[in-house]
Amino acid sequence: MRLLEWQGREIFEREGIPVPAGELVRSPGEARAAAQRLGGAVVLKAQVPVGGRGKAGGIRRAGSPSQAEEIARQLLGARLKGVPVEALLVVRAVEVRSEHYLGITVDRGCRMPVFIYSHSGGVEVEEVARTRPEAVVKVPVPPLEGLFAFRLRRLFSPAPAPLRRELFRIARQLFSVFEKYECSLVEINPLAGTEDGLVALDAKVIIDDDHRPGDQFAGLSEASQDHLEAEAREAGLSFVRLDGEVGIIGNGAGLVMATLDLVAQAGGRPANFLDIGGGARAERVRKAVELVARTGAAKVLFVNVFGGITRCDEVAQGIVEATAGLGLPVVVRLTGTNQRQGRRILAQAGLVPVDTMEEGAAQAVALAKGGT
Amino acid sequence: MAILIDEGTRVLVQGITGSEGAFHTRHMLAYGTRVVAGVTPGKGGQSLDGVPVYDSVRDALAEHEIDASILFVPAPFACDAMLEAAEAGIPLLVCITEGIPLHDMLRCYHLLKGYGVRLIGPNCPGLISPGKAKLGIMPGEVFKAGPVGIISRSGTLTYEIASHLTKAGIGQSTVVGIGGDPIIGSSFTELLPLYEEDPETELVVLVGEIGGAAEEEAADWVAEHMEKPVVAYIAGFSAPPGKRMGHAGAIISGSEGTAEAKANRLEARGIPVARTPAQVAQLVKEQLA
Repeated sequence: MRLLEWQGREIFEREGIPVPAGELVRSPGEARAAAQRLGGAVVLKAQVPVGGRGKAGGIRRAGSPSQAEEIARQLLGARLKGVPVEALLVVRAVEVRSEHYLGITVDRGCRMPVFIYSHSGGVEVEEVARTRPEAVVKVPVPPLEGLFAFRLRRLFSPAPAPLRRELFRIARQLFSVFEKYECSLVEINPLAGTEDGLVALDAKVIIDDDHRPGDQFAGLSEASQDHLEAEAREAGLSFVRLDGEVGIIGNGAGLVMATLDLVAQAGGRPANFLDIGGGARAERVRKAVELVARTGAAKVLFVNVFGGITRCDEVAQGIVEATAGLGLPVVVRLTGTNQRQGRRILAQAGLVPVDTMEEGAAQAVALAKGGT
Repeated sequence: MAILIDEGTRVLVQGITGSEGAFHTRHMLAYGTRVVAGVTPGKGGQSLDGVPVYDSVRDALAEHEIDASILFVPAPFACDAMLEAAEAGIPLLVCITEGIPLHDMLRCYHLLKGYGVRLIGPNCPGLISPGKAKLGIMPGEVFKAGPVGIISRSGTLTYEIASHLTKAGIGQSTVVGIGGDPIIGSSFTELLPLYEEDPETELVVLVGEIGGAAEEEAADWVAEHMEKPVVAYIAGFSAPPGKRMGHAGAIISGSEGTAEAKANRLEARGIPVARTPAQVAQLVKEQLA
């Protein structure tokens, strides 16, 4: 669950991490009033869950309330990297003296949270790591040990001495956010040095989708811009919208990813990723077909199921019921548990399954391109 | 031989009375796995197809010798159940459960390590030594005994690849589904040494996917330590960055964890990477010839 900047910022504030004065607005008029209250010179930031907002024109400075109103008019309702901008964060402009990067993520290799610090913040930390690896320090925190000071001393060894005290405090506060909100990633970039000390000028917070229940999560939700993805999640389906024309349904994340790859290799472009999971019944298959149809982009549907716990007859039943009157050509590959019964159900509905996923991918791509 | 499990492995099922636990216990028994006991707190004294059910792992161990435990325990209680088995001294755990909280797993992994326990999973299909034993949820008929080891981050994709091998007449020594979560008990590099030492295994297939750097680490380990040939397949070339593709661990973060980077590293280390699941069988055939 990726939070929007303003949500992450609220969490930071609650934990005591300094952030610049600011307000969330949803109209040009509100932007003007907010700028007025904040002292005139402000920065307007589009609240969309995508990286590289600055380069895409989603972060703009305004010298006056009227300019803030004008910029808000341009940004609100516009699309940033394809995502509609519905709200802006208006923050007081601050004079930045230095920019740092501070983040915590999970290292899968050592299975520990790992702090990442760079005194060259404000840009992509990965870019810094690639070009100047010595400018990025990583320090893992063993989960059974807790956060000892010596690890922070190691983390901040390249930091300017006068800032260390503050960095220690903010690192502890950020670690507390990471633990309390069960994050897979928290990131402050940039953590800016100003005349009032260090201030978090951005807040990136990703909460583990499988987090434990807790009051701290009340009111927080995925900043996903896509209503179909949200609906799929409710239905227990793993769905990701893509920008191609071959609709894809399969069982098992790895198998679906492999299916996407085969479609791409055959010269097509997948319209989506959709995993119906293990043991899907006809009803779940029907819902899956409906979601793909509603993308509006799929010109063909390719169903690839390897039955194990999932029974081919159940899948076939779901396909037949859902695709009747769908208006989309359907390619089916169905193998494994109860495959004979499944194929019979398909045959009765006039659907002929292909034998391999390679064959299915080729046929689906040909159909999407208007061939036969 | 095989790795981790064989016909002699005595198995405990934790969460045996749940619908998944019961269903797969029956399938494991039908496959020939020696399921000797089950545990569900509060259900002690019952039995499932002749398998006695106990309230606790210690109760089960008082009556049986147990080499491994497979867990079908719901996510909120899975770490508790794993630690109960570890504390009681069971050396091998296979956790099928999906959706365990990341922060639970971060602690649990290190606690299990302290007990010296080997964990497969979580969020995995389990493992199978064809013809000998199955501790998992995979369809047994897809596999047959033979010289190829498989380590995979995915379930159905593994069945797909194994079925191509089986159809080509190439059997498998042990097939391990290591799981699709970011924090897993055993990664590629922790299992490769077992295959390298197993006299029955002649070649290992790695089935990877986007996210993390486990495939890259495996490529380096193979180049430096492994005599036996390795063949790989990576899923997710057409996955967009920042999107979770089904598995919690299958996500490209920034520019890290792409299928391309993984395939490049594997190939740079002399490990052939199949472009399609079917091609895995061809590459294996060439390597074994």
